[in-house]
Amino acid sequence: MIGSGWPAELSAARLHIVTGKGGTGKTTVAGALALALAGGGRRTLLVEVEGRQGIAQLFDTPPLPYEERKIAVAPGGGEVRALAVDVEAALLEYFELFYRLGVAGRTLRRMGAIEFATTLAPGLRDVLLTGKVKECANRRDRDGRPVYDAVVLDAPPTGRVVSFLDVTKAMADLARSGPIHNQAAGVVAVLHSELAAVHVVTLLEDLPVSETVETIDELAAAGLRPGAVIVNRVRPQWLPDRSVAAAANGRVDAGRIRSGLAAAGLDLAPEVIDGLVTETVEHAVRVHAEAEALARLQHGTDRPRLELPQLMEGVDLGSLYDLAALLVEAGARVEAPSRAAS
Amino acid sequence: MVTALDVDALLDDPRTAIVVCCGSGGVGKTTTSAALALRAAERGRRAVVLTIDPAKRLAQALGLEALGNEPGRVPGAGAHDGELHAMMLDMRRTFDEMVQTHTTPDRAATILANPFYQTISTSFSGTQEYMAMEKLGQLAATGSWDLIVVDTPPSRSALDFLDAPQRMSTFLDGRMIRLLSSPARAGGRGLRKIVGAGFTLFARAVSTILGGQLLADASAFVQAFDTMFGGFRERATATYSLLRSPGTAFVVVASPEPDALREAAYFVDRLSAERMPLAGLVLNRTHPVLAPLSATRARAAADSVRGAPLAAAVLRLHADRCDLADREERLLSRFTGAHPGVPVTRVPVVAADVTDLDGLRGIGRECAAALEHGAALTSAEGV
Repeated sequence: MIGSGWPAELSAARLHIVTGKGGTGKTTVAGALALALAGGGRRTLLVEVEGRQGIAQLFDTPPLPYEERKIAVAPGGGEVRALAVDVEAALLEYFELFYRLGVAGRTLRRMGAIEFATTLAPGLRDVLLTGKVKECANRRDRDGRPVYDAVVLDAPPTGRVVSFLDVTKAMADLARSGPIHNQAAGVVAVLHSELAAVHVVTLLEDLPVSETVETIDELAAAGLRPGAVIVNRVRPQWLPDRSVAAAANGRVDAGRIRSGLAAAGLDLAPEVIDGLVTETVEHAVRVHAEAEALARLQHGTDRPRLELPQLMEGVDLGSLYDLAALLVEAGARVEAPSRAAS
Repeated sequence: MVTALDVDALLDDPRTAIVVCCGSGGVGKTTTSAALALRAAERGRRAVVLTIDPAKRLAQALGLEALGNEPGRVPGAGAHDGELHAMMLDMRRTFDEMVQTHTTPDRAATILANPFYQTISTSFSGTQEYMAMEKLGQLAATGSWDLIVVDTPPSRSALDFLDAPQRMSTFLDGRMIRLLSSPARAGGRGLRKIVGAGFTLFARAVSTILGGQLLADASAFVQAFDTMFGGFRERATATYSLLRSPGTAFVVVASPEPDALREAAYFVDRLSAERMPLAGLVLNRTHPVLAPLSATRARAAADSVRGAPLAAAVLRLHADRCDLADREERLLSRFTGAHPGVPVTRVPVVAADVTDLDGLRGIGRECAAALEHGAALTSAEGV
C-alpha cells in the first residue's frame, strides 16, 4: 500500500463516517474498514442509512432488517455486526418510547403518516438517522464497556454528507424542546468531537477529486473532523514514467514495440500491433490524467491518504477481507482491548 | 448473444418524439442524452435536450451558461435542416412558474412567500424529478420539437424518477396535513375509528417534535395550494401517460459495474411492469480489447521479453485490459441473461472529459455503432 497511511490520532475515533461521490465504492470501503477495525478480537458495527441494502449485497446476505446482526467474523476473533437504519422505524421507535402509540403506529405507517412526518421536515430524517448511529456508538454493556469498539457509517454521498451530519442546522426544523431535540443536541456533541472522523473515498478522476477537496473544506468549516482520504480502485501503471507523457500525446514508438515483441518471439500481424498501440495510448492518457488528479488531491488537502487497488474480479466477500488486510497494513486500527479472550 | 440497439433507427423514426435517458448516478446519463440529441439534430431532426445538472465543461459545450429556464439553440450543431436546442432545468423557477400559471397572482404570492414552500421547492427529495417531468410536459405541449431528449436527475436509484411525482402528489394533496393540524375535524369518522386515540397522540407527538410553527406554515401552504392542486395532479397524470405513449422511448444507461447494472435491471423490470416503452441499454465506458491476443499469451510474452521494457509494458497493460473486458462482458451477460431481448449498445470509455461538440459527436457515433460491430472483438481469443 502506498499513500501516507493512517495517523495515530484516528485510532482514538470510535465513529468512522465514510462518504464519497456516487460510484467511488464507499460502501465497499466502509465494509472493508469495519472488518479491518474488528481485527484482533474487536467488535464493530457497520451501519447504512439510505435504505439501499448495500451491506447485504456486499456481504452476500439476505436483506437486513432493522436490527443489529452479526454478518462477518474478523481475523483474530473479532466480529462485524450490521444495521440498516430505517428512518420510519426509527421515528416509530421514538413514538413508542415517549408517547406509547401502541398498535396505531403500524396503521399510521401503512397510511403513510410516518413517511409524511419525516418528509415534512427533512432535518428530522437526518436527526433520527444520526441519532441512531450515535446511540449505537455510545451504548455500553453492564460492565461499562462500549458494546462496539467502533461504529462505521456508510454515509450519504459527498454532495449531501455535510448537511446530513451538520445536525445543528437540521435542528432549526424542529421544536426547541422535547426528546428529539435533546437527542439532536447529543448528536452534535459526538459528531463534533474527537470521537468522530469523516473519511472520504475517491477515485483518481476529475470530478471525484474535486468533490473530495470541496467536501473536506466544507466538513472543516462545519466543525466536523475530516479523517483519511481513501483512494479506491488504483490500477497498476505499466509504462515507464518517461513513456507516459509521450504516449499520452500520441507519440508511441510503434517500431520499438514491434521490435521488442519480435525479440520475444512474437511475430504479430500489423492490425494486432495497431491495436496494442491504441491501447497503449489510451492507457497512457488515463495514467497521465490520474497523475494530474493525484497532484490536485495532494495540493487540495493535507489529509492522510490511503490507497486500495482495483479488483479485476470485482468485489466478493473474499476480496473484501483482502481490502481489510490492506487497510490494517496501512495502520487502520482502533484503541480498544481485544474481546477474544472473554 | 446480445441484440444490438439500433440507435439511428430510433432517432430517425419520426414517431419517436421523446427519449428518456435513465440510470443510476454517475453513469454518464447527461453526456449520453446530449450526444443522442446532437446526433438526431445532425440527422435532420429538430431536437431539444433537457439536461438536469451537466458538468461545467459539457454545459459550456452546449452554450448553457447564459440560458434561463428555456431552451436555446446550440450554435454549430445540426445538419440537413436539423437543429439542436438545449436547456438546463432550473428546479426552483419551474416550480415558481407552475404555481404562477395555476393560480391567481395574489394566491401565488402567498404560496411563494410561505417558508414551507421554500423547503418543498428546494429540498424535498422528489422535487427535482417532478419538475423535470413538468418541464418535459411543457416542452411536449409546445409542439415545436421533433424530438425531446430528457436527462433524469442524479438520484441514487433510477426508480426515484418514476415514483417522485406520485410521492409528491400524496404529499401535497393535503389529507395528511389536515389530519395533523386538526385531527379532530379532518380525516372522516371512518379513519378516526381505525386509528383511534392513537392518531390524536401521533398528531400531538408530531407537533411536539416539529414545532407548531412548521405545521402552521405547512398547513397554510397546503390550503393555498388546494385550489390549484387539481390542475397540478392533472398535469402529473398527463405527463405520466405521455411517458407511456408509443412516441416515448426509454434508454437505460449503465456503466459496466455491478451496482449500475443491478439498478438498470430493476429499471427494466419496472418499465415492463408499467408498460412503458424500453428502447434498450447503453453500456457506457466499456474497455473493448483492440488487439486479438489473449491475456495469458500476452503475460507469458511479457515475462520473456528482455531488454525491451516498453514492449513488456505494452503486453502487460494489454493483458489487464483483456481481464477488464472479460469482466465487463460477464457483467453484461448476467444482465442480458436475465433480460433477454433488451437491445444493447456499448460505448467505449473516452480518456478525457467531453468539452466540445466533437466529443459529443464521437460518443453519438459509438452509440450508433452497435450494429456494425455486432459482437465484434469482445473476447481476446485467437492469435
